[in-house]
Amino acid sequence: MTETVTPKIKMTGVRKAFGQKVVLDSFDLEVLPRESVVIIGGSGSGKSVSLKCVLGLLQPDEGTIEIDGVDVGKLSHSDREEVNSRIGMLFQNAALFDSLPVWENVAFGLIQGKQMARNTAKDIAIDKLAQVGLGADVAVLSPAELSGGMRKRVGLARAIAGDPDIIFFDEPTTGLDPIMGHMIDNLIVECVRNVGATALTITHDMPSARRISDRMAMLYKGKNIWQGPTANIDNSGNDFVDQFITGSAEGPITMEVFRP
Amino acid sequence: MSAGGDAGGRAGPLELLRRVGAAILGFLEATGKLTVFAITGVSHCVRPPIYFRLIGQQMIDIGYYSLPVVGLTTLFAGMVLALQSYTGFARFSAEGAIPNVVVLSMTRELGPVLAGLMIAGRIGAAMAAELGTMRVTEQIDALETLSTNPFKYLVAPRLIAGITMMPLLVLVGDIIGVFGGYIVSIYKLGFNASAYLQNTWEFLQVQDVTSGLVKAAVFGFLVALMGCYHGYNSRGGAQGVGAATTNSVVSASILILVFNYIITELFFAQ
Repeated sequence: MTETVTPKIKMTGVRKAFGQKVVLDSFDLEVLPRESVVIIGGSGSGKSVSLKCVLGLLQPDEGTIEIDGVDVGKLSHSDREEVNSRIGMLFQNAALFDSLPVWENVAFGLIQGKQMARNTAKDIAIDKLAQVGLGADVAVLSPAELSGGMRKRVGLARAIAGDPDIIFFDEPTTGLDPIMGHMIDNLIVECVRNVGATALTITHDMPSARRISDRMAMLYKGKNIWQGPTANIDNSGNDFVDQFITGSAEGPITMEVFRP
Repeated sequence: MSAGGDAGGRAGPLELLRRVGAAILGFLEATGKLTVFAITGVSHCVRPPIYFRLIGQQMIDIGYYSLPVVGLTTLFAGMVLALQSYTGFARFSAEGAIPNVVVLSMTRELGPVLAGLMIAGRIGAAMAAELGTMRVTEQIDALETLSTNPFKYLVAPRLIAGITMMPLLVLVGDIIGVFGGYIVSIYKLGFNASAYLQNTWEFLQVQDVTSGLVKAAVFGFLVALMGCYHGYNSRGGAQGVGAATTNSVVSASILILVFNYIITELFFAQ
């Protein structure tokens, strides 16, 4: 008898439109516990919207989103906050709070969300900063004083500060040079493994996607058109995936480019 | 050409009607959204957790750092008021009414309105710009993912600080404005100092001051509300933040003038 594992995240038939523009159209995805799944897809394909729907920042028009088997669309605001307390998120541009020093950014969820004493939270923040390769001297700096790579690392430290069950990564390597991008990928893999979290990442950076994922799914025109183990991505048998991973201008994916 | 012109002519009234309808619907939608925003914001002002540290920071920003602007504005308003009143009242030999005019004008109208407009420009714009930037850089989204309600963390402290600090500012502004009138009356117009102060004090009633303070509290709420509302709902990067800032100042200023009339009517209509 095989035991059925409840998916950590399950999106079923999710639809989201902004006016006439349908961004997600019957989108399905399952992420198993401790799995690292990457959603790949072109710009404007709905990757960020899918993530925001899971986070509760956007409400889907149709479909259900379950976290640990619970339909989060039916939760009250306080229950939703409780679910979010088990989630970490690294935003594309880190989204650090300008008005707070680095350590307070990292410790924010601990102080505000978990009502932890500031001194204890500061110690944890410095420890998490060390995990992403930043010294205690960085803790007192303002986010405006950090480079792009440092901001990402502080964002990552904030995402793992609460030892979350689930971590979302929104374009983690965008805007970074290849070496820094590689370092961030390594940190992501290491942090996710250390925390024992489930990871869902969206990116169009294929080298990064290969490094951090166990499984990939491709989003095209609002639908999940292919999913499978990362090892199979080069032999997907899907023309859309093949074109995307090779970055070829020729293929079934056409960009809407105005030609005079 | 003529066919097109006829078609345009027939479409004209309908197009006009469509635009008027769209404008009315847009106004009603915006009013509804603002009302819901205000109710949600106020409800978070009285429900724990209350962020006292943030409220304190906002109070210092709105109250302490606005003192020079409000002080200078009311000082010169009081001085001009005394000067203008003198040139007018001298024609009817009614110069003795100047202390009364100055104190009543400052406490009932000029103090709260001028302070409200100054705060709308200084604080309302800053609130809209700060929250707008937080919105477009996903910092407000980040708050939600960190289990922190943005209304409780961003909006409620600003509303509380606006409501509580504006009356204090206006009280100080009133005193400075009356002092401005006193300086001009004594040192330029040759009034007797003790007679001026006695006239000012005797003519002033509690209701004159309280009406001004009630106005100040309402204006403080309006400035904070419009700053937060436009900032929180800003979209589209730097341009969106700029538009939010402008809209915040314009809408707060208009609402201040409208509510000034309404509150005056409530307090002083016979």
